[in-house]
Amino acid sequence: MPEPETPRRPRLGRSGRLVGAARRRQARRPSGVEDEQALDSTTNEAPAAAVVSSDEHALLTDEVSSAPSRDVRQAQHRPLPTWRRMLRDLVRPSRAQAVMALILCLCAMATVWQVRARASDQAYSQMRRPELVAMLEQLNTNSGQLRDEIRRLETTKRELQTGANTTRVAQEQARKRVQELQILAGTAPAQGPGVTITIADPQGKVSPELLLDAIEEMRDAGAEAIDLNGVRVVASSWLGRGTDGIVVDGVPIEAPYVLVVIGDPQTLEEGARFRGGLVSQAQAPQVGAQVTIRQSDELTITSLHTPKAPQFARPA
Amino acid sequence: MIAIFGLLLGIVLGLVLEPTLPAMLQPYLPIMLVAAMDAIFGAARAYLEGTFVDKVFVVSFLSNVLIAALIVFIGDRIGVGAQLSTGVVVVLGIRIFNNAAAIRRALLRA
Repeated sequence: MPEPETPRRPRLGRSGRLVGAARRRQARRPSGVEDEQALDSTTNEAPAAAVVSSDEHALLTDEVSSAPSRDVRQAQHRPLPTWRRMLRDLVRPSRAQAVMALILCLCAMATVWQVRARASDQAYSQMRRPELVAMLEQLNTNSGQLRDEIRRLETTKRELQTGANTTRVAQEQARKRVQELQILAGTAPAQGPGVTITIADPQGKVSPELLLDAIEEMRDAGAEAIDLNGVRVVASSWLGRGTDGIVVDGVPIEAPYVLVVIGDPQTLEEGARFRGGLVSQAQAPQVGAQVTIRQSDELTITSLHTPKAPQFARPA
Repeated sequence: MIAIFGLLLGIVLGLVLEPTLPAMLQPYLPIMLVAAMDAIFGAARAYLEGTFVDKVFVVSFLSNVLIAALIVFIGDRIGVGAQLSTGVVVVLGIRIFNNAAAIRRALLRA
């Protein structure tokens, strides 16, 4: 509702009763210009209230908190005094403000705590149920393996400490370690479960890079011994392109390429078959190779790698 | 002025103290915060309408917060905690919007 601008705008509208009182007073006055304004009270309250004397201002401040709702509605029509009142109340300390401060302090503190508490465990709460289940299973497997290892190591430690058959145990440990290292280094034959991967290459487009990727994927999948066309693949093995085909550790090999891998057959096959892995790369139209994977419970790798004595590195 | 200082002090305390929330309270704090927000908006509205009384505010604040927590607590005990907390948040949200509308009208007349 548009309001006439008054040159002098006192604090009004905070108590409609005051306005009412002012209006009554005006009604008692002899007729004049202001009477018209008083009659036109619905749209023109401001001039009517403008004549309120200063003693009634005091009354106005007392009645702030108990103004009835009808007057509140009238009060809302008037421009600006709310802002002015807020500003004045803000700089003047009062009990209500102290109460408000206490409550706001508590709320702000609780909000900050809550936000921080949420932020700290965000990582897991954002994950979906299957992910969480997978993670839990992974952790359970890990902890089971670690617990087994602890038990085994403790047994070893106890046997070594009791001293009765210390030498025998120590020898056995050393022998086992040598065997493990021999398999790892490819200086001993190996047998165990695994997979045989045959890559037929009718178009002759299988590259050394593809075979290297295949070997790396098998290693990622937990391969313990690898044989490629009769050549034992070890840590220092290399693949290259020779004059007429692929060369492994200096030995030329020909298609079909046969990878014999010892490890967990299930995991190895999955490692070869995942999307974008060995099988999908080799069978892509650009390469056109045929991959067959056979799982076996018992494979034997007889090929050996001849280690070269290190030229520079010495045990530290 | 004191109120603003109180707000800032609360934020600073929350950042500095770094408390671990008691596990008992943890599920109910969010709903209590929403109830507190509702009470504060209600207080702002009452102030602008000239009907603010601090004693009423304190009592209504505490009772709202406690009732909100109690509803969710009972809901948890009888197995409808998630639904009840959603319900409480919806109701309080509606109230907050209503209060915000009244505040806006009082301040901007729009």
